[in-house]
Amino acid sequence: MHPAFSVVFFTTATGAGYGLLALLGVLGGFQIIPPDLWLGFIGLGLALGLIAAGLLSSTGHLGRPERAWRAFSQWRSSWLSREGVASVITFIPAGLFGIGWIFFGRTNGWVAIAGLLATCGAVVTVCTTGMIYASLKPIAQWHSRFTLPGYLIFSAMTGSVLMNALLQGFALGSKVLLAACLLLTMLGWGWKLATWRYNDRLEIATNANTATGLAGGTVRSLEWPHTEENYLLKEMGFRIARKHSARLREITQLLAFALPVLLLVAAFALPWPFAAVVSVIAAMAQFAGMLVERWLFFAEAKHTITLYYGC
Amino acid sequence: MTCLPSQSGKKLGLVIDLDTCVGCQACVTACKEWNTGGHMAPLTDIDPYGGHVDGVWFNRVHSYEHTTEMGGRTVNFPRSCLHCETPACVTVCPTGASYKRASDGIVLIDEDKCIGCKLCSWACPYGAREFDTDVGVMKKCTLCVDRIYNDNLAEEDRVPACVAACPTSARHFGDLGDPLSAVSQLVAERGGVDLMPELGYHPTNKYLPPRAHTTRAASVAAPALEPVRAEGGFLGWVDRMLSN
Ligand code: SF4
Ligand code: SF4
Repeated sequence: MHPAFSVVFFTTATGAGYGLLALLGVLGGFQIIPPDLWLGFIGLGLALGLIAAGLLSSTGHLGRPERAWRAFSQWRSSWLSREGVASVITFIPAGLFGIGWIFFGRTNGWVAIAGLLATCGAVVTVCTTGMIYASLKPIAQWHSRFTLPGYLIFSAMTGSVLMNALLQGFALGSKVLLAACLLLTMLGWGWKLATWRYNDRLEIATNANTATGLAGGTVRSLEWPHTEENYLLKEMGFRIARKHSARLREITQLLAFALPVLLLVAAFALPWPFAAVVSVIAAMAQFAGMLVERWLFFAEAKHTITLYYGC
Repeated sequence: MTCLPSQSGKKLGLVIDLDTCVGCQACVTACKEWNTGGHMAPLTDIDPYGGHVDGVWFNRVHSYEHTTEMGGRTVNFPRSCLHCETPACVTVCPTGASYKRASDGIVLIDEDKCIGCKLCSWACPYGAREFDTDVGVMKKCTLCVDRIYNDNLAEEDRVPACVAACPTSARHFGDLGDPLSAVSQLVAERGGVDLMPELGYHPTNKYLPPRAHTTRAASVAAPALEPVRAEGGFLGWVDRMLSN
């Protein structure tokens, strides 16, 4: 599948944004973090900013963005529509939570309820995003049991590492949150390795024989119907060399998992403000690493249409 | 509504004979010609005379070499929308632009509702949907919905343009929901198959596999020539005279 930057950025940014929003909702709602004005302003600004930037970037991928409102109508059958509805609905409690926190300086009472509802909305939205991919049967690497949990784990991971950077910045860092970040990053790493292992061994029942209805023997493409690349090949025939993919997997592991783990361990030991500096670097490295991971998620996914072109 | 309609029983579709298709591309050209002025018009071409020709086509003919222990052969393979019974291309559509008609099972796109998110083209395993970058919407085969019910056309022309154009009659159109229809009987007789049945889209269109190889050698040699050795008599005399 062609890794369009708008979609790669969209899923990475909204994943991190919803993860951060969910944590702010829970930690704020249960008064675990103080209703500090600047913490709320920067934290929610960052979360909602990432979400909004991601959503805007995804509308850039549309052929007719001016009709985007129509995408809210088919939530009964379409995960993409459900994602649109869930993301917009989540803005309501998230907005109220932000107003309560920033303008009224409180995160209890109705503000806490708004925060917890925003958390629920964030989780639901990430699930709908994951399901868009997990439900596509023609792409075996996506239509697997690894996809939906992957979206949730990576959202929780990037969100918590961002949350840690934020709290460390306000000298509010906690060992419990650091430990949670470490655990989630290790979990994300393990999940990604397991997903790659599964995909590399995948045996797909669909092949050139079933695609053409020609049973038995081998089916070799002699001639394409056209001499130049068409939409199908540009959008779904994207191929990545094995050696590039191996390289990018290493870069993903380094930036998204290994480096953040090291930096977070260092944050345990270092005093403020050094702990804050390494925490921020960890969050930035992980975000960059997840962009590479998401690029690979597309580049390594093989659509059944490629069978017709013998590639 | 992109939920699938409950079926009316009528399933219009095509039956494509891989035995007789010669890969002449007549159906491809006829389809393009009709549809660039039809229901989904235009079928935009980008840079048609340049080095990077691209454009929207509803029907594409591939050529394959199928090799089994019985030998190898070339199979020409037309590929277009199969008007599936349970098409995910319809259910994934967030806008309701993609829909399946309850009355005859034809899968269509309402161009005025399409936002060009391209998700339906990802959901179609068969590569039947092509994005029109110029108009910004998705396009696909309409089963010539503007021909098959068109009272302005002569009765015999109320078939999809590809079917009308095929010089070897490799393409057949009819109701595959009716077991007594000519197309259903053809499928039964020739063992017509679904493409990628394992994905569960239940395509309406069927493909007739090439007929079995025969162990008899084909009679390709011309009959033996008449002997030219000189004969006696009058004809011999003529032959000798002319040979001098
Ligand atoms: S062939 Fe593709 S576009 Fe046509 S109905 Fe089936 S899934 Fe949809
Ligand atoms: S590209 Fe158009 S028809 Fe296809 S899913 Fe998106 S809105 Fe629906």
